Parts: sequence; C-alpha cells; structure tokens
Amino acid sequence: MIWNTILLALREIRRNVLRSFLTVLGIVIGVAAVIIMVTLGGGVTVKVGDQISSLGSNLLIITPGKRMGPGQVSGAGPFTLEDAAAIAREIPGLAAVAPMSSRAMTVVFGNQNWSTMVSGITDDYFTARNWAVQSGREFNASELRSGAAVCIVGATVQSKLFGNQTAVGNRIRLQKIACEVIGVMEPKGQSTMGTDQDDLVLMPLRTFGRRIAGNQDVNMIQVSAQKGVSTEKVQRDVERLLHERRHIPANSENDFNVMDMKEITKMLTNTTKVLTGLLGAVAAVSLLVGGIGIMNIMLVSVTERTREIGIRMAIGAMEREVLLQFLVEAIVLSSFGGLIGIVLALVGSFGIASALHVPFIFNTQIVIIAFLFSAAVGVIFGYFPARKAARLDPIEALRHE
Amino acid sequence: MSTQPIALDAPLIELIDVTKSYGAGSASMQALRGVSLRINAGEFVAIMGASGSGKSTIMNIIGCLDTPSSGSYRFKGVAVELLDRNQRAQLRRFELGFVFQGFNLLSRTSALENVELPLIYRGLPHSERRALAQEALAKVGLDGWAGHTPSELSGGQQQRVAIARAIVTQPSVLLADEPTGNLDSARSVEVMEMITRFNQESGITVVMVTHEPDMAQFARRVIHFRDGIIASDVIQSGITS
Ligand SMILES: Nc1ncnc2c1ncn2[C@@H]1O[C@H](COP(=O)(O)OP(=O)(O)O)[C@@H](O)[C@H]1O
Ligand SMILES: [Mg+2]
Repeated sequence: MIWNTILLALREIRRNVLRSFLTVLGIVIGVAAVIIMVTLGGGVTVKVGDQISSLGSNLLIITPGKRMGPGQVSGAGPFTLEDAAAIAREIPGLAAVAPMSSRAMTVVFGNQNWSTMVSGITDDYFTARNWAVQSGREFNASELRSGAAVCIVGATVQSKLFGNQTAVGNRIRLQKIACEVIGVMEPKGQSTMGTDQDDLVLMPLRTFGRRIAGNQDVNMIQVSAQKGVSTEKVQRDVERLLHERRHIPANSENDFNVMDMKEITKMLTNTTKVLTGLLGAVAAVSLLVGGIGIMNIMLVSVTERTREIGIRMAIGAMEREVLLQFLVEAIVLSSFGGLIGIVLALVGSFGIASALHVPFIFNTQIVIIAFLFSAAVGVIFGYFPARKAARLDPIEALRHE
Repeated sequence: MSTQPIALDAPLIELIDVTKSYGAGSASMQALRGVSLRINAGEFVAIMGASGSGKSTIMNIIGCLDTPSSGSYRFKGVAVELLDRNQRAQLRRFELGFVFQGFNLLSRTSALENVELPLIYRGLPHSERRALAQEALAKVGLDGWAGHTPSELSGGQQQRVAIARAIVTQPSVLLADEPTGNLDSARSVEVMEMITRFNQESGITVVMVTHEPDMAQFARRVIHFRDGIIASDVIQSGITS
C-alpha cells in the first residue's frame, strides 16, 4: 500500500510541476542556507585553526606589560637576555626559547623602499615559530655572537624590493646600516588577524641591539614546549619565574603577559563555531518558514482538490490512505526541496568558499541533518492538511464546487 | 464485517424501512420517509422521480457513501449501518462502481491512469493494472485514447472513461446517478447501450437514476420516487435488446 501511495503522490506532484516547485522553494532556500552557513563556518573555523597553528605548535608568547583589557597593555619594562636564558635554564620541557626585539622601519634597496617590521632574533626563533628559510641560509653561530650585518627577509619584502630577482647576496639599507641578505623565509600568508606574516626582516638580536635599538632590551620572548609537555604547566612555570626575576610583590599582579597560543586557538575556533551555530540557527528559521509555506499550499490544495478526494473515497480510498497520500505528497515534496537545496548549497558554498579563500569542507553530518529536517518539515506541516483531507465527508466532497 | 454472518440466500441489496433526515429540530427535513426495497443480483433498475424526491439520497445509501437515519440497509446480508467509515470504503472498493452525472474524472490525468485508480487502491501490481485498464478502455471503445486527459476528450468520451473506471474492478453493482444528464441524446444512447451490455454480458447489477423516460427504457425495472417514498415499482415487459 505504501508504494501505491507514493505512486499516487508522485503522480499528483507531476500533475502540477510548477506549483510543486513553488511550494518547495522555501525548503530549497532553507536547506541551502543552513548548509552554506555551516559549511562556510566550518571552513572559517578550520582556516583560523590552521593559521594559528602555523605560528608554531605549543607556542607561548611572553610580552611585557599588564593586560588592561582587550588589546590594551600598560607600560612595563622590557625583558633582558638573562630572562630568556633563565627560562631556558630553569624550566624543563622546552624546545626553544626565542627572545626578540622589533621595530617598524623603512628598508631600501636601490631606488625601492618598503616599510616593514625589523626584528632581532636568535636561532631559537626558527624552532619556536616552526618556520624555515626557503632559499639561502639561517644565521650561523658566529654571526649571532658577533652581531654581523646580515639579515633574512620575508617573502613580501623579497618581492617588494627585489621583484623576481633573488634577494640573497644583495645588500639592503636599514637607516644607517647596510646589511647583506643571506636568506628568504618560506611564505606564510596572512595571519588570523589579517596581518601579512611575510612582511618582515630578521637579523641577529645582537646586531639589532647594537646597530638599531642601541640597547639590549628584549620586547618579546617566544617559548615552544616540547611535544607532550603541557603548555599550561609551562605557562605557570614561566609566570612564577618571571614574577620572581622582575621582583614583583607577592600580592600584586604581574607586569607581563604569557599567552598560550593553544588557548587562543581554542578561543577563536570556539568563537567561529558559536557564530556558525548562530548563523545556522538563523538559516534553520528559514527552513521553518519553508515548512509553513508547504502547509499553506497543501491546505489550499486540499480545498482545491476536495472533489478529487471525494472521487477517491467513492472509489474506495480509506481515511488513512487519503491521509497517507497527502502526507507522502508533503514529504516527497519537501524531500525533493531538500535534495535541490543540498545540491544548490554544495555548489554555492564551494563557489563562495573559493571566492573567500576559505577551505571547502564537506560536512556530511549537516547535509544529512538538513535532509532529515526537510523531510520532517514535510511530516509536521503536511499532517494537518492531510488530516483535513482524510476527514472529508465523501458526499460533501463529491458535491463540492 | 467479520462480526456479521453473511447470508448466502440474502438478496444483493435490501433496504428495510429506511429513512434519512437532514438537519435538526424545526429545520430538519426528511429526504427518505420509509423505503423498503430489494434488488437481486443481475437486475437493471432505473430510479425515477421529480427533483428533490430522494433519488440521490437513496443512491448514496446504496453506494455505502451514507447511512440511513433509521431502518436497515443490507448489502449481501451485511448491515451496512453497523460498519464504520473504513469498512464501508472497503465495501465500495471491492463491490461497487460509481458513474456520476458530472463524470468526476481526475483532471490532468490520462484516461488510462483514471481507469487504473481503483486498481491501485485494490493493490494490484503495475503490469496487471495496466493490462486491466487497457482492456476496460477497449470495452468502452476508447483503445486509442488511453494517453488523453479529460480536457482532451468529449463529454461522451469522458463518461465512457468513467464507466471503464467503474467496471474495471468487476464490481457486483454499478451505481449511476443521472449518467446521461450532461450528454446529448445520441451520446446518451451510446452510454446506455454500454451500460446495458455490461449488465447483460458481465451480469453486473445496475442501479441508475434518471429523469429521462427514454433512458429508463433501457432498464428492466423502474422505481418511481415521490417525496421520499416509493410511488411505484414496475417490471417493464417489452424491452428492446
Ligand atoms: N446534505 C443535505 N443536507 C440537507 N438537505 C439535503 C442534503 N442532501 C439532500 N438534501 C435534501 O433532501 C432532499 C432529497 O435530495 P436528493 O436525494 O438529492 O434528491 P434528488 O431526487 O433530486 O436526487 C432534497 O429536498 C434535498 O434538498
Ligand atoms: Mg439527484
């Protein structure tokens, strides 16, 4: 009987293709909206996670200054090289401790100039950031020790100053000093915050201190924990050690900040997940509206087809067969709508994802959920009209019009 | 149905003092005021009478679409007034065929699919259904019209599709309420000849409402209704055929 009912429902849908399509348009849009939102949201979440983990796994960033609120830091003295050495010496389980100092400067090559961020670093920088040179080489021990006038440039600086030529072997000017480019970093692309990570010049920290800053201050220490070592523990250890070294009274707040990138990753991906959920929920409302659309048209259809229902009953259709026919019609319609919506959504989110440079991540789960939801919409919103049809009196129905 | 014994010797259709009233209180009116009637298998009965005399009401009761207000209606010995909606639907599905004045075909649905419809409710498999529907269309002379929708057919052709739909299940009774009411006289005669043929060749019992004496000529028995009661019930002698 169920097959025959489906057959009758399909014939009914075929009898009025345009109307059937308009009926399910709401569902099509609803399903497509939900899937596109969730797929894009998932892509953004993955992208954010990727970008943060591209900073280096198990990375902690230590900066001077108290956190006053979002993005606000109060002034506080810088760190010293000894602070970095003490961290490396006294805290177990660290892969790298990379002190650095930075300054925004204009770099010049020939008649090209470019303003960028110049940082003094040690060789631990490459380990901590999980980053390597693409061409040329890293600083050697004697260059680091003696403060040689050598530097490594990021991919952006390479292309802005040198175009297609290689930067390696050339000399660039940084204010009053000239330094030789010995390497170019691997390109890293945009960070989560939208800054260009390849827009930088690196030089030995000693060179930076002597020739540019004129002091031995350390503005930032990046620490990476060994695999399997808890970053929470490292964070606590670092906080305790620096608290002591910076002579902070026991009951006052630290005048420095230790950020666990893992935590930030978690926070940011959670934020994007919540946003995805919200957008999905808003889209789900449109599915509901689509369901009401189906109910509306089905109710009109029952009234319009009253005579037909009468004919079916005279021929011997039972109450539940009429009910089932209308219900199946609603379910088949809304499922068709769901399928069309899924196809549209996949094409649409693929297109939008590539336009926004977000990875396209096919989420089977949400596709299945959206489909089941659209079928459920058919059941819920088809039931009332179907029951109305099934309860018609055959004689009244035959006399209709 | 199973709770009632089926009397093998009972007449096919038996109405015992059937009344039907509509409305309640002072607004109530009696459409049937005590009708008793027996129709045996194989009969061809025409019901005549003025408009409002209760012809359609009695047809609806015989057709198990409606139940009497009082009295009893027995179909093959089964008291129909004791059946529920679904049981009456089953009775219609397996025992009855309907032909209406207004044809009542499904629009935008081919002749073949219209004729198939009762077979779908009977749960016949596709191929069998197709074959039977084709055969029924052939019997009403519409072999070549299977794919046409009602709007592409003339009134006479539509009524023949309706007859094919009514007889495709080989029902015991064919109920026709003014089947020629919307047709010109030539088409009417065609339809009547067709109904007569099914009565004589397949032994289908026919109960037909008409107000045209010419059409009643085709029946062997003519029952006149007046104000909700039977005024006369006559077996016609010299019928042509
Ligand atoms: N559903 C109904 N409600 C109220 N009155 C009805 C209804 N059906 C029929 N009647 C009345 O019952 C009487 C008989 O109707 P009907 O059997 O249709 O007559 P006809 O012989 O013309 O077919 C008429 O007076 C009609 O108005
Ligand atoms: Mg009538």
